[in-house]
Amino acid sequence: MNELNTVTFDFPSRSVNEAFARGAVACFAAQLDMTLTELGDVKTAVSEAVTNCAVHAYPDSIGNIRMRLRILEGGVLEIQVKDKGRGIEDVERARQPLFTTGGEDRGGMGFTIMESFMDTVKVRSRVGSGTTVTMRKRVGRRPAGR
Amino acid sequence: MKLTSNLSGGRLTMALSGELDQHAAKELAVKMEERLEADLPRECVLDLGELRFMDSSGIALILRVCKRMRALGGRTRVENVQPQPMRVLDASGIGRIIEID
Repeated sequence: MNELNTVTFDFPSRSVNEAFARGAVACFAAQLDMTLTELGDVKTAVSEAVTNCAVHAYPDSIGNIRMRLRILEGGVLEIQVKDKGRGIEDVERARQPLFTTGGEDRGGMGFTIMESFMDTVKVRSRVGSGTTVTMRKRVGRRPAGR
Repeated sequence: MKLTSNLSGGRLTMALSGELDQHAAKELAVKMEERLEADLPRECVLDLGELRFMDSSGIALILRVCKRMRALGGRTRVENVQPQPMRVLDASGIGRIIEID
């Protein structure tokens, strides 16, 4: 799929940047003709991915988060969130609803929300070197039947 | 993120406004639990009418309130939910265990 536009942000894994990431994706995605529901879905998925970095990738320190946003041909928005944190031991297990290592503050719903709100969610992770989450969603008002 | 609360006849209403993510939830959880402990209500209503955004941190927070209310022998209700938070509530399946208006 051809890339039409892209931006990349590097920011520290401070929880205050969860709101920044949502704002940034909303600004970039304004180039697409999204519905309000789609915009809400995309912002929610980004919030989950960045929260995972702040809570799980770098639990005791502040590390770098790289967020790359791309608009691909056919009205597809791709969001990649990458950290160099501690990694996920068992990705399949981490993706299960209600699984969490985060204690009672976390619900274990992050990946479930990302999967419900985006068309595809790919997770690559290596213990000790980090995690990359790549999500895609086809967006935009399309005539019925197409 | 703003929290206002009102206790009336054993019913504690807590109204949340702003955006509820993990950053906001950390402080909010403490404040909400303090209110529950101070007021010991029979019913807890979470008014989300002014909540513009919520991610799964909100689910964890609601479950926490719900658990505490059950321990107190009371119930929890969520009301005035806006479209984006409602999609998150729906995706989580939390509607099976709490009352949502």
